[in-house]
Amino acid sequence: MPQQHSSNLFTQPSGLNNFVIRFANVNGTGSASANLLFTKAIFRMGIPVTPKNIFPSNIQGLPTWYEVRVSEKGYLGRREGIDFMVAVNPQSMATDVAAVKKGGYFLYDNSKKLHEEYIRKDINYIGIPLMEMCNANYSDARQRQLFKNIIYVGALSALFDIEFAVLEGLLADQFKGKEKLIPANVKALELGINYIKEHFSCPLDIRVERRELLGDSIMMDGNSACGLGAIYAGATVAAWYPITPSTSVVEAFMDYADQFRVDKVTGKRNVAIVQAEDELAAIGMAIGAGWNGARSFTATSGPGVSLMNEFLGLAYFAEIPVVLIDVQRTGPSTGMPTRTQQSDILEAAYASHGDTKHVLLFPSTPKECFDLTVEAFDLAEELQTPVIMLTDLDLGMNDHVSAPLKWNPEKEYKRGKVLTAEDLEKIERFGRYHDVDNDGIPYRTYPGTHPTKGSYFTRGTSRDEYAVYTEDSNAYKRNMDRLMKKWNTAKDMVPASVLYQKENQSEYGLLFFGTSQYAAEEAMDMMKEEGAVLDALCLKAFPFTKAVSDFIKSHKKVFVIEQNRDAQMKSLILIEEQTDPSKLISILNYDGMPITADHIFAEISKNLSLHQVLNKA
Amino acid sequence: MSYLKPKFRHPESPKNKLGYTLDYYEGSLSTLCAGCGHDSISASVVQACYELNIEPHKLAKLSGIGCSSKTPAYFLSNSHGFNSVHGRMPSVATGANMANRDLIYFGVSGDGDTASIGMGQFVHVVRRNLNMVYVVMNNGCYGLTKGQDSATADQGSKNKSGNVNPFDAIDLAGLALELGADFVAQSFSGDKKQLVPLLKAAIKHPGFAFINVISPCVTFNNNVGSTKSYDYVREHVEATSTIDFVPEMKEITTSYAEGSAQKVKMHDGSFIQLHKLSQDWDFQNRFSAMKALNEAKQKGEILTGLLYMNSESKDLHHTIDTSHNPLNTLGKAELCPGAEALEALNADLR
Repeated sequence: MPQQHSSNLFTQPSGLNNFVIRFANVNGTGSASANLLFTKAIFRMGIPVTPKNIFPSNIQGLPTWYEVRVSEKGYLGRREGIDFMVAVNPQSMATDVAAVKKGGYFLYDNSKKLHEEYIRKDINYIGIPLMEMCNANYSDARQRQLFKNIIYVGALSALFDIEFAVLEGLLADQFKGKEKLIPANVKALELGINYIKEHFSCPLDIRVERRELLGDSIMMDGNSACGLGAIYAGATVAAWYPITPSTSVVEAFMDYADQFRVDKVTGKRNVAIVQAEDELAAIGMAIGAGWNGARSFTATSGPGVSLMNEFLGLAYFAEIPVVLIDVQRTGPSTGMPTRTQQSDILEAAYASHGDTKHVLLFPSTPKECFDLTVEAFDLAEELQTPVIMLTDLDLGMNDHVSAPLKWNPEKEYKRGKVLTAEDLEKIERFGRYHDVDNDGIPYRTYPGTHPTKGSYFTRGTSRDEYAVYTEDSNAYKRNMDRLMKKWNTAKDMVPASVLYQKENQSEYGLLFFGTSQYAAEEAMDMMKEEGAVLDALCLKAFPFTKAVSDFIKSHKKVFVIEQNRDAQMKSLILIEEQTDPSKLISILNYDGMPITADHIFAEISKNLSLHQVLNKA
Repeated sequence: MSYLKPKFRHPESPKNKLGYTLDYYEGSLSTLCAGCGHDSISASVVQACYELNIEPHKLAKLSGIGCSSKTPAYFLSNSHGFNSVHGRMPSVATGANMANRDLIYFGVSGDGDTASIGMGQFVHVVRRNLNMVYVVMNNGCYGLTKGQDSATADQGSKNKSGNVNPFDAIDLAGLALELGADFVAQSFSGDKKQLVPLLKAAIKHPGFAFINVISPCVTFNNNVGSTKSYDYVREHVEATSTIDFVPEMKEITTSYAEGSAQKVKMHDGSFIQLHKLSQDWDFQNRFSAMKALNEAKQKGEILTGLLYMNSESKDLHHTIDTSHNPLNTLGKAELCPGAEALEALNADLR
């Protein structure tokens, strides 16, 4: 059950185009599409909106919440303090009543009288006889359940002043090809609207009003963007094992493959998607395909990465390209499978025994999920090594307002140093692990290229430059040093971090990555309103680029914001950058819910008096 | 054990249809113990590929970890090889095969690599009917860690330290049949005359082809009381065979007199001559093969030869309907939907 900070702790004012609404539902009752209708309507009215699913690790019958933040200022992180509760789940009623902010609203089904213990004097109650209305208007049990959701969306549209035409437009899109389902839905919406108009004065003080703040933005979840990125990147082999919250990465890839990878002439598929028996096999298949010259990937979450460690070590040492999309969830062990966290950083960075290091990418938005997935395939093949995308449940499974996806038609896939039969003809002796170009990256060949040249033996054991097994210390060390050289080469190839810095540099910096970006940007604005401008850097990759080193070096104190208990990114910086530990201050959030700006703001203020920042900024 | 491989070849050495001599199919010098059954199997692989006129670079060798998994280095130097991690060869082979359906995938594993740590992957690669040859070099023990019993050691078999194995053996051939493998064979490393044609048939088979080869460990499991010793296997592999005594420190190559020869039609119309196939069951009937295998097991016999084959086997590419062109040959033109399609997707997301 999500942590509630009710009442007065968080005092961000709510009002027009600025509020948080939470839907308390029972999972498996069809509430998701109704709730999305509400969110999408606000999106189509041009107002920034961000929904979060707070769902149980369960299929049917348990409480599930859907929280929507509307923010005219464009803040897309989570915000504490519920202004409006749609309480249609009797199981969670006590929690839901307590969660509402003082002066907020509580919408409930008054077909039955509300229990006395749920009555608070400091909030407003909006009772709608949802069950009675459904029983009166629908005979089928499933319909009664489904349309109950649509009726409350109708009620909300009246309360929040959502344009009816927008809702109609959304229904038309949703039921394209099944138009006969539209009138029943419209009727349900009208039932809700009419009841509200007859019994309450509306709209409320917290309501929406059309704006043009979103331009050509899209609304998409990160997992779909990763799946689509893999299609655009030319991935042809996907091997996977289902695990929340990464499952929808491959499911999206499958859907897009149905759309884009079926040969129009032959009807055959230009893709192989294999549901593996476990994560061990999933990464093994992806590595086998990568070795054989196909762009391949797998997607998993923390428990899967634990299982994949062995193979990641092999791919690092044998230098095989592979892309792994890790949609992080709350660990350790099975943890909270349906909650978010950024707690696989150290595990991913150094996955497997021995001296290993892996390239990591940290997208913050669906657009970055798409772009960085494409880049991950290029990097994996150019560097001949695993590349791990670290997204999280919040980014992966929730819809986000995002800049539209873009594809440059001129872009060519960077397939790395691969020798053709013609290339091999010109070479006297091919050495798979020779550092020909002095960048640590050797040349490779695909099996089947040339009858007499280019074959080699791939292995996880030590070998010389010609891929021949050796236990010679010098040869082993040469190889390890070359891998380190390759790592240093990677520093100039990975995506650049994003710097937020005015001309006059502050002495204090914020460093964050992934989904913390939303809350961090908002917290920076909160600081600014207090008169304190902090510099900031949003990391996009590991190894750390020079810009990251410079940022840390050039600030007196750096707040490292991350969503885990152990300050894993801070540790990674300490290890890799040899930073003075006293220079880095952690701001941590690890309760499984997305980090909030309030929390960051409070932590900065706690660690550093605002005057200190004000004076130095 | 190690000696230099002679480089000299007789100029008039016979050549196959591609113009390659037998030694062209060899690998680097084996580092296994002298007399190891695995080396005999490697020699059979060399022979089979030579006789089948295979372009070595059109074959990929894959293995896991263990003595058996070292062998791909000892045959087909002109093939790419992949010595992966323990028990995980099937997944690597699956990915490799998905990337390029035009190569031959030759997997080598051992009883530890397959019947213990790799059991999960073995079971599932059978189930998917990946087009590959899967050879288990089965010696009933862990050679590289000095002779512990493996999961295929027979109950009651005594190891070199004198310990008697209390557990039932996992019968890999029986398991493969049960799981629905369309090509299941069993052989003995010392029986090259039987093994070579089996390997040829396995390579020709259009789906998953499994060969369990009993391959004695001369160092750790060749003692009196072991059911995987040369002596024991020779005595139980085929009751009617005459077996010559061969000193342990030599490679063993046993020949059977040709008696019950049988022709098997392969999917591409060719015939493979098989030897020592019992006539007691119909090798094109899975249940008949399972029955024969079980009956032999009860009698303490090791049934060798082609146990079961379905030459109409449909492999994983067929099941998932992949392009006839190898996926690793496809480029941006075939794979990338382009900017316009992305604009349309953006519009759907508003």
